[in-house]
Amino acid sequence: MLNLGRVCLSLALLIALYGIAASLYGASSGKRQWVDSGRRAVYALAGVLTLAFVVLEAAFLRSDFSFELVGSHSSTTTPTFYKATAMWSSQEGSLLLWVWLLALWSSLVLFATRRRLREIAPYATAVLLGFAAFFVALVVFLASPFELADPRPAEGVGLQPLLRHPSMMVHPPMLYSGYTLFAVPFAFAIGALITRRLSPDWIAATRRFALAAWFFLGLGVLLGARWSWSELGWGGYWAWDPVENASLMPWLTGTAFLHSAMIQEKRGMLKVWNVSLVLATGVLAVLGTFLVRSGILESIHAFGASTLGKPFLGFIAVLVAGCVVLVLTRLGDLRPQGRFESLLSRESIFLLNNLVLVGLCFVIFWGTFFPLISEAVTGQRASVGPPWFDRYTVPLAIALVLLSGVGPVIAWRRATLRNARRNFRLPAAATAAAALALMRVPGVWRQPLALLMFCAAAFVLAVVVQEVWRGMRARRVMSGESAPVALASLLRRNRHRYGGYVVHIGVAVLFVGVAASSTFQHVRDIRLSPGQTVSVGGYEVHYLRATSKLSPEKVTLGALLELRRDGRRVATLAPSRGYYPSRDPSLGPTGRYFDGEATSEVGLRAGLRRDVWTAVEPDVGAMRRMIDGIDRRFPLAAGDSATVMLGAIGDRYEVRPPPASFRLIVSPLVGWIWLGGMIVAAGGLIALWPAPSAARRRTSAAYRARLGRELSRA
Amino acid sequence: MEFVLSLLVLAAAVAVIAAPLRRGRAPDPAPDAEIAALEAPKEAKYREIRDAELDFRTDKLSGADYRALDRALRAEAIELLRQLDAAREAATKEGSCA
Amino acid sequence: MLTRSLERPERPWDSRRAVDPTRKRRLRLLVALGTAVLLAGALVYTSLGAASDATTPSRLAASASPDRSYRLTGRVMPGYRRAGDELVFLVRDRVGSASVPVRYVGVVPDPFRAGREVIVTVRKRGPVFIGEKDSLVTKCPSKFSSRGTDHSS
Repeated sequence: MLNLGRVCLSLALLIALYGIAASLYGASSGKRQWVDSGRRAVYALAGVLTLAFVVLEAAFLRSDFSFELVGSHSSTTTPTFYKATAMWSSQEGSLLLWVWLLALWSSLVLFATRRRLREIAPYATAVLLGFAAFFVALVVFLASPFELADPRPAEGVGLQPLLRHPSMMVHPPMLYSGYTLFAVPFAFAIGALITRRLSPDWIAATRRFALAAWFFLGLGVLLGARWSWSELGWGGYWAWDPVENASLMPWLTGTAFLHSAMIQEKRGMLKVWNVSLVLATGVLAVLGTFLVRSGILESIHAFGASTLGKPFLGFIAVLVAGCVVLVLTRLGDLRPQGRFESLLSRESIFLLNNLVLVGLCFVIFWGTFFPLISEAVTGQRASVGPPWFDRYTVPLAIALVLLSGVGPVIAWRRATLRNARRNFRLPAAATAAAALALMRVPGVWRQPLALLMFCAAAFVLAVVVQEVWRGMRARRVMSGESAPVALASLLRRNRHRYGGYVVHIGVAVLFVGVAASSTFQHVRDIRLSPGQTVSVGGYEVHYLRATSKLSPEKVTLGALLELRRDGRRVATLAPSRGYYPSRDPSLGPTGRYFDGEATSEVGLRAGLRRDVWTAVEPDVGAMRRMIDGIDRRFPLAAGDSATVMLGAIGDRYEVRPPPASFRLIVSPLVGWIWLGGMIVAAGGLIALWPAPSAARRRTSAAYRARLGRELSRA
Repeated sequence: MEFVLSLLVLAAAVAVIAAPLRRGRAPDPAPDAEIAALEAPKEAKYREIRDAELDFRTDKLSGADYRALDRALRAEAIELLRQLDAAREAATKEGSCA
Repeated sequence: MLTRSLERPERPWDSRRAVDPTRKRRLRLLVALGTAVLLAGALVYTSLGAASDATTPSRLAASASPDRSYRLTGRVMPGYRRAGDELVFLVRDRVGSASVPVRYVGVVPDPFRAGREVIVTVRKRGPVFIGEKDSLVTKCPSKFSSRGTDHSS
């Protein structure tokens, strides 16, 4: 099947190049059949890439080691679930996933707009196909997943143990969906700029895609944080790592775009902002894809220098140059139609919101690329750490949460000052009450930033509750519905507004979790022997005994910890460390397990109020004498005899364990981060859900009737 | 086997892509596009009118401010409806001639 | 176009406002730009102060001052050990043989072993370099490397 895969990829490249030519020719000559052909090229591309994807995935699932990629990233002993994800754990497979998703969304948007946006669509098609052509060319010429393994190995290397986590199935596809979905509004913005058709039609047509992109990218980032917290042995969810930052930046500019696009649709303002934001988001998405695999920045994700760095940089340079030229030459067409009537208007708040989000993005960009900047300027590579990032992002985040509470209360165009003041009374009172209550919690008043964030979140919550209450009341006045029906119809008819409010609550909850867990964490690094107890964060942690377990893939050494609070047993945690064997033939049959990969299994007790996180690092060095002794006496042991010897080592560890190093963390409100994320997702879904067209038609008819009556009267 | 499959894929792709070209000059439904291009601003204007009413009923706008805003928005909406009607008339006229 | 013609001032004091809009807009733009420049300036200034230089073992061994922190990158040499709470290991140049000893207390990432590339923030203290707590990062090996790399290396 290798050849079929190769044919599909080469065909895909040809189709993409043809599509670009056909769309551009059709657009410039006015011959619609060429434009239609170009659009169908996108459909054909999606079909061909789907076939290539299926061929590769099938090879992984049946462990076809004639595929070099399968042999180097999977094995027959890998569980089926991880065999499926192994495909995108590789450079080649992940690129194929990226371009396949791009082809899917492109087909979807072009099908949905096939009768509209006739001037813009051909150029958007060309841009989307340009992206696709670049990625397919990378895959065809530099990183082909369809290389033959000669000679064909009997067994594969297996999946990198650190990647054996359910998140592997969801995190990369979500991130890539986010990146590729942002390419859609990007392409239509470019088309709008080229054709100088800058009315908000292109925004309305691609809004769903921008919202879906924001949704998936946000979830992808959050999943990465959750994965890091529950799986990696350092006990954190965010490290300001360059790769993490690279996925956050387009999400920030995307959020800004979603907000200020509303203003362009209503008032015809902020056109330059919108166009710049969506173009920046697209470029940052490609930048994010590039950073993970380039090796230009030191990161735990980044991998050695790869051959893809230069082509990506070239592509990004072309994108940036093209975008800047387009915007500068179209500034005349981007003149605003309305103007800011008052500083006290929702438009102004949205503009401020833009500034804060772009500011955040700029801070993160600067910190992430500082090593390259400093190297270019001073010749010496220097980097900034998390404390620097925190110093700037924390105040900006507080400002963001505050704005999300102020925005809903101010009206469009020009709010009445008296009304605005009155509308803030209740939320302000609620915030003050929350502040007073929080000050009585020990230690909170000593952390002003955390307290500020908590108050901002309380403010947002109060504002949203007030808004929903008033909205329900208004609905009941207008239509006489009962309370629950009023709420449902309110949500249904104003999806964007109320979906947005739900998102704001989710963001506030999320930041409360971040503030609490980073400010009030208790961490203890300590060496314990069985029988010892240590106290941390109000809990007593008692090391019951050492554990060991054998499986075909690994040896696991761990500990059983009893968690007590106020003298009562609360839970039993079992952190452990799994040792996977190395395939180096120079290592002994048991020693190879302890010189290969090792992954931590975290002992986690998650709760709504706090998480107790434990990790253990057994002292393998102290067992070294036994391990080396066995290997010296039985250097050629394999199979069952090796298993017996490993079992002996495991038993020895259980019976007479050397003191092990533990990391114990009690972190308050970590769960609120994931909870907040779920609320954001719910809000996003509410906003994304298609409005029932029947309801829309009904409203239009009613309005038309009223307008018609007025027309005849005038 | 692979060769046959590859040929099939190639044939399918060419068929999909070349279909519009074989059809020749497609009839130009430009007036439809014109109408569709006016629908979006009309819907946006209706949304603005509804939002303004919701703002008034949730106490963000005073009565006087709301009435002034509503009047302006409705006037803009009527103008959009006039344009839509004109476009629809032009379309039907063209249709009857063809 | 439509909205502009309909934005007739409806209250008497609006006509005064109509005189200032361009100036107001320019003022707002200046304030915004000024704030942006200030923020950017603060960023640049603090990043220069808070940054730690990236070095390699050979450079560090040649010249290191005890009052700056350095971001050391290199490979872990075989024969590292734990002494109580500390992890003691040698970091070697990626290509070459110069190496420096590091004493480190804190989280040891899962992929840490001999031969792996690490990044750790260190400060010089006498002949030895003390690693900053929890600053040890081990690079994920061979995930996106060139084809044919043995996972055991």
